[in-house]
Amino acid sequence: MEQTTHRSAAVRDALGVGVAVGLSGVAFGAAAITAGLSVPQACVLSLLTFTGASQFALTGAVGAGGDLVTATLGALLLGGRNTLYGLRLADLLRVRGARRLVAAHGVIDETTAVTLAQPTEEAARTGFTTTFASLYVTWNLTTLAGAYGASSLGDPAALGLDVVGPAAFLAILWPRLASSAQLRLLAAAGAVIALCATPFLPPGLPVLLSALPVVGAVLVVMAR
Amino acid sequence: MTLWWAIAALCAGCYALKLAGLAAPRRMLEHPVVRRFAELVPVALLAALIAVQMFTEEGGLRFDPARTAGLGAAVVALLLRAPFLVILAAAAVVTALVRLFLG
Repeated sequence: MEQTTHRSAAVRDALGVGVAVGLSGVAFGAAAITAGLSVPQACVLSLLTFTGASQFALTGAVGAGGDLVTATLGALLLGGRNTLYGLRLADLLRVRGARRLVAAHGVIDETTAVTLAQPTEEAARTGFTTTFASLYVTWNLTTLAGAYGASSLGDPAALGLDVVGPAAFLAILWPRLASSAQLRLLAAAGAVIALCATPFLPPGLPVLLSALPVVGAVLVVMAR
Repeated sequence: MTLWWAIAALCAGCYALKLAGLAAPRRMLEHPVVRRFAELVPVALLAALIAVQMFTEEGGLRFDPARTAGLGAAVVALLLRAPFLVILAAAAVVTALVRLFLG
């Protein structure tokens, strides 16, 4: 009984994140076209890259007239955090073979956050699959819609869609922040480092730099 | 390097990065340092992503009152233990309204 409750709560969380965050694909589609990408290019990025921050990083750099090699490297650096998420999720998902090859494509911020927020392993797996499926479908459909209808849909920012991503990340972090002063300190340090580094480094690097206090924290634990 | 090559490289690279984490040997996962690292990193990265998406634009710091009000609405909704979708909707609606009124 309790299992079922956990699993349906996981489905609810997952659909909430998947559909709501997926809708911001409109913003990506519109941004890609504004930056000078074609509709197929925007759609291929959403289908095969499927990690929003990297997609925005590439199109942003292209739109700003940046060098393509630097733009690609910056976007890849930003994708580096998915490796860390994968390390964390491998234990919970326990997928092998072909299923692992499919699941790998879904290892991103939102799926990780929903998966880690679940109280049981079973609910975690349900949360991962549901978030991945709903976010993948929504993100790709809205990318197409945004790319085609950028002008007719109006400015995604006017609809407040640009705050949906940060609000989702905050909701996901909340239980962990509420449970531990140490994690609050770590989150604050990460945010301050990323903000301070933003004016001086190419897009993507400031967010990765926020992992530095984690290295410090782990070294302190080891030294004890 | 044409744009299509950049896109192909990014697609292949991002997938490889995702798979590398998921397919890493178990031995590595069981190491306490890796475990601790993997637990703490998402907290720092998510906080950094929030900060960057909220308060920077085109490589500079920027305070956007509408977005800030929207995130404030999300905090209120979180304190009231609202469901996830309500939190996101509150954030988007407040942001859109503040933009509407501030022009």
